[in-house]
Amino acid sequence: MAAKRKAKAPKNGLLIDYEYCTGCYACQVACQQEHHWPAGMSGIRVHEIVQNLPNDKAYLTYLPFPTELCVLCAARTRKGQQPACVQHCMAACMRYGKIEELAKEMSKPRMVLWAPRG
Amino acid sequence: MIVRTTAWSAGPGCHGGCGVLAHIEDGRLVKVEGDPEHPINRGRLCSRCLAMTQYVDHPGRLRSPRKRVGERGENKWQDISWEEAYDLIEEKMGKIREEYGPESVVFSMGTGRDVGAWICLLAYNYGSPNVMFALSGIGCYSPRIAASETVLGDYCVFDGGQWLPKGHDDPRYKVPETIVIWGYNINASCPDNIFGHWITDLMKKGSKIICIDPRLSFFASRADKWLQLRPGTDGALAMGFLNVIINEDLYDREFVEKWTNAPHLVRSDTGTLLRASDLVEDGSPDDFVVWDTSTGAPAIWDAANLEFRAPGAAPDAPSLTGVVPALEVPAEQCAVHLLDESSVPVKTVWSVFCAEVAEYPVDKVAQITWLRAEDIVEAARLYATSKPATIQWGVAVDMTPAITPTSMAIAALWCLTGNLDVPGGNVVARSAFGAVAYALPGSRGPIQLPSQEVDTTRIARDRYGVLSEFIWRAQTDVTLEQIFTGKPYPIKGMWVQACNLVGGIGYDPQRWVKALKKLDFVCVVDTFMTPTAELADIVLPAATFLEKDGIRSWWTPLESIVKAMEVEGCRPDNEINFELARRFNPDLKWNDLHELLDEIVSPSGMTFDELAKKGWELPPDGDPSAPYHRHERGLLRTDGKPGFKTPSGKMELYSVLRERWGFEPLPHHEEPPFSPVSSPELFEQYPLILTTGRRSPVYFNSEHRNIPWLREADPDPVVELHPETGAALGIGNGEWVWIENMFGKARLKAKLTPIVPRWLASAAHGWWYPEQEGAEPSLRGVWDSSTNQLLPMGYQGKDGLGTHAKCTLCRVYRAHTAPPGAYTLPEGGVIGGAVSVAGTAHGPAPGHAPATARGALVRNPDKEA
Ligand code: SF4
Ligand code: SF4
Ligand code: SF4
Repeated sequence: MAAKRKAKAPKNGLLIDYEYCTGCYACQVACQQEHHWPAGMSGIRVHEIVQNLPNDKAYLTYLPFPTELCVLCAARTRKGQQPACVQHCMAACMRYGKIEELAKEMSKPRMVLWAPRG
Repeated sequence: MIVRTTAWSAGPGCHGGCGVLAHIEDGRLVKVEGDPEHPINRGRLCSRCLAMTQYVDHPGRLRSPRKRVGERGENKWQDISWEEAYDLIEEKMGKIREEYGPESVVFSMGTGRDVGAWICLLAYNYGSPNVMFALSGIGCYSPRIAASETVLGDYCVFDGGQWLPKGHDDPRYKVPETIVIWGYNINASCPDNIFGHWITDLMKKGSKIICIDPRLSFFASRADKWLQLRPGTDGALAMGFLNVIINEDLYDREFVEKWTNAPHLVRSDTGTLLRASDLVEDGSPDDFVVWDTSTGAPAIWDAANLEFRAPGAAPDAPSLTGVVPALEVPAEQCAVHLLDESSVPVKTVWSVFCAEVAEYPVDKVAQITWLRAEDIVEAARLYATSKPATIQWGVAVDMTPAITPTSMAIAALWCLTGNLDVPGGNVVARSAFGAVAYALPGSRGPIQLPSQEVDTTRIARDRYGVLSEFIWRAQTDVTLEQIFTGKPYPIKGMWVQACNLVGGIGYDPQRWVKALKKLDFVCVVDTFMTPTAELADIVLPAATFLEKDGIRSWWTPLESIVKAMEVEGCRPDNEINFELARRFNPDLKWNDLHELLDEIVSPSGMTFDELAKKGWELPPDGDPSAPYHRHERGLLRTDGKPGFKTPSGKMELYSVLRERWGFEPLPHHEEPPFSPVSSPELFEQYPLILTTGRRSPVYFNSEHRNIPWLREADPDPVVELHPETGAALGIGNGEWVWIENMFGKARLKAKLTPIVPRWLASAAHGWWYPEQEGAEPSLRGVWDSSTNQLLPMGYQGKDGLGTHAKCTLCRVYRAHTAPPGAYTLPEGGVIGGAVSVAGTAHGPAPGHAPATARGALVRNPDKEA
């Protein structure tokens, strides 16, 4: 555990514009296909969040969450390819890149920057 | 090796058309990726395509033809060779043809897709016109298409830039200011040649959304206007929109005058269109009459030549010029003299259309639809004042028996607002280059019946006029009856291909089981065993799209499907059907499948191989299958004249064909058969509105429950209920419940979520359990959770079209137990996949622990055969 705590500061991450995530599961299955995970395991999981709002309204959000299994597709990105989830994201709402650069792209609300690993 | 091909049907199941790159190593599929260059998906791909490795190599996949050795439904089989299977089919179907005639075999398809052409190839060469789309009321897309063909001579789809080389980045394209998503969870569904996520792309470019859906979908959450209407009242809503648009003068008057039949005269005595034959000797019954304000007299509209003539003029006299047709006939001149010297009062089509629309004031529409009047008005204004604006309608629109008048109203909306065939509007959809395989509205294709004579036996063709013009199918509900009555002729066999009658598409599935058992011969072609395949005599193992050559032109681009690999034992639908077509018709026109593929793509000037090298091709500007403004450019009619290929040459606000067929010629609303309004006594017993078939992003209808990555994402048949409804019924989140109505019941898992209104139960459709026992009574668990048990056959609309899967009634109560073998939730852990964090002020019912506290998969589908 101690070794893990001392993990390097993350360099790369995933920027998600969750305003446009439609909950299509392409990212989750793309990761399973790419990394040969069996069902039940994936580098990213899609969550549905339904929030009640005043006046009997509600809002539906989907959010892809990178898990312990996400390796940021090192093998792909070394070859200059996009991570499998990013390439296939149906809503084109995921970006991969350097954390500092992605942070600069957070130019609108409803975004999240994930740094799953060091 | 990386093979570039097109995904369609077998495999992902959808209508697809997306470009994929299949990574093949040593003949095996190792990965499927999206083709970044492909104009439809541009590198993206949805879960069903991404799960193809689990599909292709699935241990449960059929890999050999098999014949039944026990009774039907005993699940006892013997593997046989392809040759033996073909011989048996030839013998059995040959015998039926000899004894009863070829029409005694029905050819059943599910959501047509790729297989539609190949089923027709086999049926037509066997000699049967009875190709059946197995949904009650043919209730998926065909009705919308046919309605649109009826009034417009063509049908339209939303313009996402799909006809342009650069898609919605193309300079000729205009981003719609507003997109109306009507009864469509389009990003989760499997649309016909529309990529649902083009809409998310366009939202990023500024398109506003009007979402018409009882459920809070992704789009509803992000819509400028969300209209949470009562299912089955779409027709009233469309009429309400027209009401606002006409009353507030938000319509394109020039379009109405120039391109619609609004000025044509209607007789007040009969209520029918005034014809030239009513007026003058030798006048044609196919020509119409307008009131010419420049002369204050009637003028004849020659619908064949699209020009005006003076009444009584010689046939070779020059056409009348300078006619100014009146949209409203002045009251003092409102009568015309007929041939028999009598005088008949007349009105214009515009007057009768507006009078019908006036029957739908917004307050009344609000009452029918359960919407707020101001929301209807605001949505109508937003749509009508956005330029361009587009409407994309979904299958929910077909799911009302009054589908045709509903679709006519919606088509009138995009025409009257000037959005027809304009960039970013509703564009006419035609198969690229006119290359089609089999008869579809607008084109015939090389796969045809041997003669029109043969078509006269098609089931219910005579009863429903639209079936003789725009839908070349046997009417499903009538076919089912005919299997039992044998009248007017017996049905003895069924060929079922890519179609799950019992576990998917068939309403009242118990009755379909009885029907199948009544037949002398049933052959099923599929990739896996299904509840339907269990009842066959012969089952043939089909190939996926990765394992075949084919083409796709539905609608653009023209695309090739190329064989990337083979799976031993499986054969492509088109090869199977070609071989049998050859056996049943020794005079078959083509020597092999590739000759036929060549003929299908020939309008493009390419051969199949040439197309396959390119992968896809868009039709050039000026081709009738490429937009825009085709009615103005004379590209919609074979004579090259500006106008439409309708009987009047106009977009018809009053339908000539509907009048001929004996149906209401104007759009309107009709209550569905089971609703609080039409059956209040039933509503007392079954106080929730039941809508079935909301889309799952990982399944195509009844398929894919056996694909582990997909099942994991959507593990159970779910019925969504509002948390307060659940509380009132004593139902906790995640509990198994029965949904029940006057026709039957099914057991689903309750998901309490405020995305549905309090009065709705939204149930997932197409559920059966591939992992369960195949033999009866289980039939792979189909009787547990199939919502079709609550839907009767025989409630199609007056014109044979439309159905009620999205608007019926039910009650819901606790089931106490899960269906045997279903995914159950053990103690601890959370199921992999969606977790609904439905924070609600009202928790589950007192005394019932919320079941979400319980947990994960017990069964790992990976380990299952
Ligand atoms: S970046 Fe790669 S490893 Fe991480 S979730 Fe995406 S596909 Fe999986
Ligand atoms: S692929 Fe994209 S749109 Fe689909 S669930 Fe993942 S993040 Fe959301
Ligand atoms: S719509 Fe989805 S499943 Fe269908 S072909 Fe396209 S990517 Fe594949």
